[in-house]
Amino acid sequence: MGHAANINFYEAGNKGIMSWLITLDHKRIGLMYFITTMMSLCIGGIFALLVRLELMFPGQQFFDPNTYNRLFTLHGAVMVFWFIIPAIPGALGNFFLPLMIGAKDVAFPRLNLLSYYLLLLGMAINLYGILHGPGADTGWTFYTPYSIKTGAAVVSMVVGVFFMGFASILTGLNFIVTVHTLRCPGLTWFRLPLFVWAIYSTSILQVLATPVIGITLILLTLERTLGIGFFDPKLGGDPVLFQHFFWFYSHPAVYIMILPAMGIISEVIPTMSQKTIFGYRAIAYSSLGLGLVSFLVWGHHMFTSGQSELANFVFSLLTMATAVPSAIKMFNWVATMYKGSISLATPMLYAIGFLFTFGIGGITGIMLGVLSADMHFHDTYFVVAHFHYVMMGGAAIALFSGIFYWFPKMLGRMYNEFLGKLSFWFFIVGFNVTFLAQFVAGLNGMPRRYHDYDSVYAGWNLISTVGSWGIALGILMIIINVVYSSFKGPKAPANPWKGKTLEWAAESPPVLENFEKTPTVTSGPYDYGLKA
Amino acid sequence: MSGAHEHLDHAHHFESVEHEFEAGKLGMWLFLVTEVMLFGVFFAGYGLFHYLYPEMFKEAHHHLDKRMGALNTVVLLISSLTMALSIAYIQRDNVKRAKQMLLLTLLCAAIFMVVKYFEYSHKIHLGILPGDLFKAADFQAPNIALFFSFYFVMTGTHGLHVLIGMAAILWIYWRMGRGDFNSRKFGAVEFVGLYWHIVDLIWIFLFPLVYLVV
Ligand SMILES: [Cu+2]
Repeated sequence: MGHAANINFYEAGNKGIMSWLITLDHKRIGLMYFITTMMSLCIGGIFALLVRLELMFPGQQFFDPNTYNRLFTLHGAVMVFWFIIPAIPGALGNFFLPLMIGAKDVAFPRLNLLSYYLLLLGMAINLYGILHGPGADTGWTFYTPYSIKTGAAVVSMVVGVFFMGFASILTGLNFIVTVHTLRCPGLTWFRLPLFVWAIYSTSILQVLATPVIGITLILLTLERTLGIGFFDPKLGGDPVLFQHFFWFYSHPAVYIMILPAMGIISEVIPTMSQKTIFGYRAIAYSSLGLGLVSFLVWGHHMFTSGQSELANFVFSLLTMATAVPSAIKMFNWVATMYKGSISLATPMLYAIGFLFTFGIGGITGIMLGVLSADMHFHDTYFVVAHFHYVMMGGAAIALFSGIFYWFPKMLGRMYNEFLGKLSFWFFIVGFNVTFLAQFVAGLNGMPRRYHDYDSVYAGWNLISTVGSWGIALGILMIIINVVYSSFKGPKAPANPWKGKTLEWAAESPPVLENFEKTPTVTSGPYDYGLKA
Repeated sequence: MSGAHEHLDHAHHFESVEHEFEAGKLGMWLFLVTEVMLFGVFFAGYGLFHYLYPEMFKEAHHHLDKRMGALNTVVLLISSLTMALSIAYIQRDNVKRAKQMLLLTLLCAAIFMVVKYFEYSHKIHLGILPGDLFKAADFQAPNIALFFSFYFVMTGTHGLHVLIGMAAILWIYWRMGRGDFNSRKFGAVEFVGLYWHIVDLIWIFLFPLVYLVV
């Protein structure tokens, strides 16, 4: 032992940029994911602001239709593949999963680093198509036959996504094995923190679903280069088959994005309420349950694509079943807060915001799952607003909650509480203004992805664009807060929130292999002495 | 946590060789699941078009060489056996025999690829190629190139897996020669073996489906 026991992982071991780039430490890899995905959020956000700017008034404002098509495609692709999918598992999962189960690292540290570089490789290939090629104009869904015919850089987009998918698979595989084999003594399955359950369920989806999109995108590449014809009606192929394969992944992918977010909420709410979680097993099982049903509902994206009526009926019914596990979680979170001693610090504000916005996102999801209603809603702004309530009002808002919640542990410093709260209010107001307006425009029939629109939608679009600036300011404040507090924030104690899960037993920031001595667990993760 | 001076026979975040082996094995099984999902996409697509165009599939599959396919099936089955034997030998510390079995496995894999080469070159000679490259004229059914696109994509992807498997077998052969494995520690051999079995198993499904079923 060459060093004193309490040196944190930033100072222990090697220093310099190379020690980060080739590190095998899950905490450093997690921080690299954190920086990368936050940059992705900014890039995707800039595309979003430009899209909203163009749609501020009817008619052409700043961009011609072709440029506009590229902007909304890149907004979608960057937000989904560069930001939301890797963000929570890659950054917070990597940093906290081993800490929360009392392990020294993930099961396969080299594979972990490889995942990160596969993500970067995928991004680089995408960037090549965006900067040196003509960009992409297919939307993030790459639907055939348009994606076969367009002159845009579809190949570099989908090959990039293939590599990012590989990264996602390997991360999931790594986490599953980690949870199975590296839990510390006494940490039984039903003593696992719910964030671990959520990441575990997510990982199963990553392993099972991602290969399907990976090979489908390779087939699309072969379609464009060799004309193999699987998805090209001209050659006897079936474009709806592409939609089936695409959504067989991309519906579960919605849960790859939202399950880890729910895991964060399940940590923040009991700690910030200083109360035992209500319905621990129900929440744990509902994560697995959501993962399972998510494989059975992909057809709800194809109600208008000429599926058989029977298939439409079954997919519609099963889609409504997804509401059950989600609702179980919602009720349990609210019940956990009941009579708790609630602290309204920034992480909790974001978590409470999540309950509202995800609630709206979930309920409008049921509306979209209703077959008859979806005939009207399909491909309108109602859909756009719905999935932004789930993705941004669900996944992203929970990520922000998690960032503030675990900031003291990751950086060893406290963030600025005032700026944190201010960011929340800008974000939540801006968010609801932006997307409630889109719900109304969509209900009135405004189609999504159009460059121009009828003047009857003008008012709602103007409101939506103004709202998007609120979101931007909120996120800007988060980034300023994180960057500033990383260097100037006051030193954080080991356990600022009086949390009971294992990561709070480690130092802030943790030592090189997380704990001085492998911990032994003797009780559940949220044992606050108050039974719910 | 121990310093670098202490030489462990397992990674530092595991407790023992057995612990590390258990983790590696679970990881390998999960990887095999991803392979099954990958080929599942091919099988689903193949099944759909077989259902849509039975006449076309019937006509096209007569142009596949069933004898070469059958030969390759036998070759791969033998290679699975030799792979399993190699693991059995290393578990008994018989490095010499284990290495021989790996070489036999490699030989089978090479035979498979050579047969594949003859199959492909014959088709290419006749102008039977995937997609746009399809040049053969003496076919009745429309869009018959679609069948051969499936044939080349499916067997091509499988062939790629065989090549990757050969590289992996070479790698453990080299490590075995270096003395990395013994009856206590043989994880990598077992994992490559698992991979090799799934590559064989996929062929066992692929061969009758594409070559035989009408
Ligand atoms: Cu869906």
